[in-house]
Amino acid sequence: MSQFKVSEKGFYGKFGGAFIPEMLYPNVEELRTQYLSIIAELSFQEEYMYLLEQYVGRPTPLYFAKRLSEKYNTKIYLKREDLCHTGAHKVNNTIGQIILAKRLGKTRIIAETGAGQHGVATATVCALMGLKCIVYMGEIDIERQAPNVARMKMLGAEVRPATSGSKTLKDATNEAIRDWINNPTDTFYIIGSVVGPHPYPDMVAKFQSIISKEIKSQLQTQEGTEYPNYVIACVGGGSNAAGAFYEFLDDEQVGLIAVEAAGHGVDSGESAATSVLGKIGIIHGSRTLLMQTEDGQITEPYSISAGLDYPGVGPLHAHLNDIGRAEFIAITDEDAMKSGLEISKLEGIIPAIETAHAFAVLDKKQFKSTDIVVINLSGRGDKDLNTYINYFNF
Amino acid sequence: MNRINQKLQENKKLLSIYFTAGYPNLNDTVSIIHELEKSGVDMIEIGLPFSDPLADGPTIQESSTQAIENGMTTKLLFKQLADIRKTVQIPLIIMGYFNPMMQFGVEKFCQKCNEIGIDGLIIPDLPLEEYLSEYQSIFEKYNLKNVFLITPQTSNERIAEIDSVSDSFIYMVSTAAVTGSQSGFGNEQMHYFERISNLNLKNPQVIGFGINNNETFKQATLHQKGAIIGSAFIKFIANNPIDKIGEFVKNIR
Repeated sequence: MSQFKVSEKGFYGKFGGAFIPEMLYPNVEELRTQYLSIIAELSFQEEYMYLLEQYVGRPTPLYFAKRLSEKYNTKIYLKREDLCHTGAHKVNNTIGQIILAKRLGKTRIIAETGAGQHGVATATVCALMGLKCIVYMGEIDIERQAPNVARMKMLGAEVRPATSGSKTLKDATNEAIRDWINNPTDTFYIIGSVVGPHPYPDMVAKFQSIISKEIKSQLQTQEGTEYPNYVIACVGGGSNAAGAFYEFLDDEQVGLIAVEAAGHGVDSGESAATSVLGKIGIIHGSRTLLMQTEDGQITEPYSISAGLDYPGVGPLHAHLNDIGRAEFIAITDEDAMKSGLEISKLEGIIPAIETAHAFAVLDKKQFKSTDIVVINLSGRGDKDLNTYINYFNF
Repeated sequence: MNRINQKLQENKKLLSIYFTAGYPNLNDTVSIIHELEKSGVDMIEIGLPFSDPLADGPTIQESSTQAIENGMTTKLLFKQLADIRKTVQIPLIIMGYFNPMMQFGVEKFCQKCNEIGIDGLIIPDLPLEEYLSEYQSIFEKYNLKNVFLITPQTSNERIAEIDSVSDSFIYMVSTAAVTGSQSGFGNEQMHYFERISNLNLKNPQVIGFGINNNETFKQATLHQKGAIIGSAFIKFIANNPIDKIGEFVKNIR
């Protein structure tokens, strides 16, 4: 068995597990005992793949970025998750979880969201399936992400403000968990990243693994090999990175680079670089690296990108970092914004600011001219236009 | 014998009160405990505040946030409680989430509790399986009773497992809800209380969540050994001086 796949008890090395209150035990246990067999059903796979192809628009292209490659003197391919319906990779996971929810007989869907991308992806599939949808979102995030709030409402979802704590993503997650405690029988919680209690990190990674499956076959067609030298992806909770790395975890010749948000700088006190600043602890039901005070209180991270602004990281990534399987690099707001502008001008693609962090690695790390480097272009930048406009004074 | 087990043998219905340490004021901890004991409360749950208390509703979360802002820490709580056994006889339980205990060091935490005279721990996010595989021996070494929760959704099989592992009381969550989120018990809950009572578990049960007055206390203790009040007491203490605690307790019994 691969040392990178989750153990039966839900651990990746020393990280993971299900540290949940007893009130959640029946829900999580129902999911844990059934998710693998339901996902393996032929009819599940047929429905999932049909929707990914005909609704989401998969496979997404693996595009050889000629001008970018020339500039950095290496072969750069972009995995175009930005072309997915709703504008990011998030929908790969929500499609999978909504089919699962239906098969478990659930009628009410809840989700948490930070910037609103996962909320929109959840509201979208709920509309598709005709299920009631409630999205928890921090009160502060509701103010700064108004367009996504409007999108969710248009899609028929109810957006409930999280008014506790710091009123951002971690509090929205707390509120969603509380909702699940209060509604233990009819409700399914669609978590948006590879975080939370087992089996969520594994389940979400499996639904996102379509990204690396496609990279393998597309690279075979274009380069005559399934294996790039490097795969680069940004990490908040870590779902797009988990998907882009998944099929390569056991292939040690493929270098994995996880890019975290350094915010104003790792030592500035305003950062979200969990692999550097985090210590092992428990957040949202998972034992993983998290940013916290000496006394074990969870602290508020900072990044210009709302999608990387999470005080923890998925337990798979904590493990990859711990054993050195993935290299973790932290990129500041400034470098990410600069890269976002560069990709826009060089390739005609405006990336999400989360994704722009992954591109900034090209300036930090030297690649060989013969290297094949795949960057997971996890989302498009439409949602970030206001931030770009304010930052560059367009 | 552990003070909790002794107390459970008394021929009366037990009233247990939860409060958040460091709230409303940082140094209220010891005076609140004194006043609760003086008022005839049977057990006290001292809440170690946590930034992200998943199983709690807004009242306890807000009191926790305030307590942390006031400067409450694990170390300080232990310091405040250092001499508590010189004056207080009733069982004292620390209730908190697992992360602050992990950061303090689980063994060191248990050792400190033992030195002070804490009798048990309630840790909502430390599940049975993790407790058994990693921590049971440590808790037992320091004579700390670990109190597990059950809910209306907990299967009989799991209740039996929890009962076999427990050695004090079982914390019965009254309703599928976070703390402080309801008023009054209906037929459904009364049936659940009776159903659990009829299981004839070896551990007595104490009901928490949703008890806030004499009526709900009586309902909760009709079939069970005792009841725990948390959010209602936090609300009281937010608006009343500590020396009025006796009135709150009198209205419950």
